[in-house]
Amino acid sequence: MLRYATLRILGAIPTLLLVIAIAFLMVHSAPGGPFDRERVLAPEVERNIERAYHLDESLPEQFSRYLQGLLHGDLGPSYRYRDYTVAELIGGALPLSIRLGALAMALALVAGVSAGMVAALRKNTIIDRLVTGIAMIGISVPVFVIAPLMVLVFAVFLNWLPASWTGGNAANRMLMPVIALALPQIAYIARLTRASMINVMNSDFVRTARAQGLSTISIVRYHAIKPAMLPLLSYMGPAIAGVLTGSVVVEEVFGIPGVGQFFIRGALNRDYTLVLGITVFYATLVIFLNLIVDLLYGFLDPRIRGR
Amino acid sequence: MSMFSSLSPVARYIRASRMVAVCVLLLLLVALAALAGPLLNPNDYITTDFANRFGQPTMTNLHFFGTDELGRDLFSRTLLGAQVTLFVAVIASVVSLGIGVIYGAAAGFIGGKVDAIMMRAVDALYALPFVFLVILLMVAFERNFLLIFVAIGAINWLDMARIVRGQTISLKHREFVDAARLIGVSTPGIIFRHIMPNLFGVVVVYMTLTIPQAILVESFLSFLGLGVQEPQTSLGALVSNGVSHMERAPWLLIIPASVLAFILFCFNFLGDGLRDVVDPKKKA
Repeated sequence: MLRYATLRILGAIPTLLLVIAIAFLMVHSAPGGPFDRERVLAPEVERNIERAYHLDESLPEQFSRYLQGLLHGDLGPSYRYRDYTVAELIGGALPLSIRLGALAMALALVAGVSAGMVAALRKNTIIDRLVTGIAMIGISVPVFVIAPLMVLVFAVFLNWLPASWTGGNAANRMLMPVIALALPQIAYIARLTRASMINVMNSDFVRTARAQGLSTISIVRYHAIKPAMLPLLSYMGPAIAGVLTGSVVVEEVFGIPGVGQFFIRGALNRDYTLVLGITVFYATLVIFLNLIVDLLYGFLDPRIRGR
Repeated sequence: MSMFSSLSPVARYIRASRMVAVCVLLLLLVALAALAGPLLNPNDYITTDFANRFGQPTMTNLHFFGTDELGRDLFSRTLLGAQVTLFVAVIASVVSLGIGVIYGAAAGFIGGKVDAIMMRAVDALYALPFVFLVILLMVAFERNFLLIFVAIGAINWLDMARIVRGQTISLKHREFVDAARLIGVSTPGIIFRHIMPNLFGVVVVYMTLTIPQAILVESFLSFLGLGVQEPQTSLGALVSNGVSHMERAPWLLIIPASVLAFILFCFNFLGDGLRDVVDPKKKA
């Protein structure tokens, strides 16, 4: 286990460095400087600005400066939001985004696993068809279609819930964003759980348990649930990435002042450091969470460690 | 994972092939409408009509889907959007197909350490939030139409590479490969002329599963205003525009959103069905 854990942790570092390098190179090979405006600046002023942001140094020098900053949690200054550093902007918006993402993830797991289980245990019935059908809708219809349609129906037509972040109380303005963000993941998790549960219920050890006269409920509880949940664990990585991507849309549609909204603003305003900073931050987060999932997987399934 | 995983192989094959036929037919109809519709429709996608802003869907003037905030005909804009969306999907899939098949076939055929390193790289890339890198690319290099296609294609090749590698490994010990090697065909020659043609079935299945992903990424970017730019449009851009006017003119949101969902539906069902048709015995 220790060897497996060490290998995984060491493997994550080059991945992270690669992403940072790609993101950094992309931004720095952009045509035109970040301070190009309609009005031409005096050459002295331009040189001073470049010196202040270290843009006069060579690319390797700038990259090593950026990496050193990263180690101290410094993502550089924002080019557009004056007087703020990128780290301050992310830090301020992060608690809200984490709450949104964590709630959506929790909902996705609970709803997805239960729906998948029920469908698997009642396979080929109406319930099963219903779950698989709805799951297909969840997979096919993107978040940015579901979220506005939800606003249209529940806020504009029915007037049950607030349409934007400024209305309603803390609980009911969070409701729609969390559901919209969770829906695609509920669909994927339900499909995955169903398939894996059907597989497990057809396996030899379940048949043996049945032959011993165990009831379906105790078979599921004591024998089937654990092996059926393993594929789900390996889906957690993509699920986390999916929720992060979706949160950008959801925050935009519902006007939630989270990290995703800063990302979009930054992208539309060409705030290079902000967009670079958030990309690096997200990549780090995803790689870190994936590492945890990997370690957990190795811990739960001894067969994985050998590889 | 498929719809019919609980059925017997034969029943699954029959159901799946029926589903494939229906999906192909529907998609062909959409493609035909997107390509031929603008030629038959008297309203083009660009003419503004300020007397007729936010016009409701009506038969008069042939504004079947109504008009948008500038009085442009939504019907022809939706057709154009579908055209752009399908176009992006095809180009992006071809790009991911090219990268994925060559990478996967090379890794699988060469094997050993090279294979291990190449697949570790795929594992590592698998976990990345690629969409963010694509957005970064869009920010750094103007919103270039072609760049969107290539970028989307470049992020979707990982699955393809994995599948192709697996198939290649099972193919490379077959007699015809030994025979080719015996008469002195080079490694690239064997990969391109003997392995790749045999990958066709699997590749087609996974390509149909890649297309909806490519559509999703493109419409996601366009929705955020980072993809296809005015006066060109895509379904994602139309949905985004519909959101900003949904209280006054809900059809601006509902119609493009339904068309987009419909296309994605068809592709997802098609991919699922094809997987069962190609390999009905495979579990789950």
